Amino acid sequence: MAACSTVNAMTMARAEDAALDFSNVVRSHRPQIFRFLLASTRDLDLAETLTQECFLKAHRNWASFRGESSAMTWLMRIAINLQKDHWRNRRMQFWRQATTNSVDLDEASDWLPGRDCSQERQLLARERVGQVWRAVEQLSERQRTVFLLRYVEEMELAEIAATTGLSEGTIKAHLSRALARVRTELGGRQ
Amino acid sequence: MTWDSELKSRAEEPAGGEELDPALKQALGDFKASVHAWSDAVYAKPRKARKVTERKSWRLAAGWSLTALLIAGTLSGGFYEHHQRVVAAQLAAQRATEQQRRAEIEQAKKQAQEEEEMLASVDTAVSREVPAAMEPLAQLSEESESR
Repeated sequence: MAACSTVNAMTMARAEDAALDFSNVVRSHRPQIFRFLLASTRDLDLAETLTQECFLKAHRNWASFRGESSAMTWLMRIAINLQKDHWRNRRMQFWRQATTNSVDLDEASDWLPGRDCSQERQLLARERVGQVWRAVEQLSERQRTVFLLRYVEEMELAEIAATTGLSEGTIKAHLSRALARVRTELGGRQ
Repeated sequence: MTWDSELKSRAEEPAGGEELDPALKQALGDFKASVHAWSDAVYAKPRKARKVTERKSWRLAAGWSLTALLIAGTLSGGFYEHHQRVVAAQLAAQRATEQQRRAEIEQAKKQAQEEEEMLASVDTAVSREVPAAMEPLAQLSEESESR
């Protein structure tokens, strides 16, 4: 009887630890996952929904997470898969495309940190950000994902490879094409 | 972190093996800073989930209503068209039957008239006037018949 109660107490304590771990993971990684999804979709509602789905899925599978990769890599992989599923479903249900809430490129370019620089510098920065957004819009889904992971989330190539399941060579090729697109966009407008 | 310090720190960041020219590095740094600022601002803002749900359900309902309306319109249009065709076909069949009946009546009348004319012509061809020499015999036969 006493042994049984001890086992129960240990199981409960382990479950509490796991819940605590998971809430820490959510607290520390949620903003980054949301940011990636927001940059990928430019849709506030969709980014919020996919972020919630990502953490819901992660919570369901938290017990099977063995820590072979970092929690961030694992969560980002879930987010990328959810995003892929979403676009696949959207393509099939083509009439739903009319209901997209994507933010306009100009509106997305308006966001800049700190207002302590000159108006001219802010204008130039806004123009550059708009040009990069235009280039990002023209990228393929995979190129965009790799580009955002590298230049917005600042992930290393090995991390991107672990997240996307692509080889480092393929990632370099995607990045090269994405940068060429950005260069073209910047060159064409300068 | 100020704007200048952010730009400086970004310029010093390694580019992951890629050789980036200063203009490109600057643009990518601005882009990253912009996305971070946008995300932070949106993330910090309280969201009204209920409102979004309501709007989505309203959209869903509107979408379904529109779809139902379109299907009903298409079906009723199809049924109306089909009905019109059936009615037109029935009228055409009636008209054809009537015309055929009239043609048959006309044909019968014509035939009857032709027969009558033929009989009349036969009568005139076959019947002859009684010659004068036979007149007394004719009178006798008429008398015997009257008796």
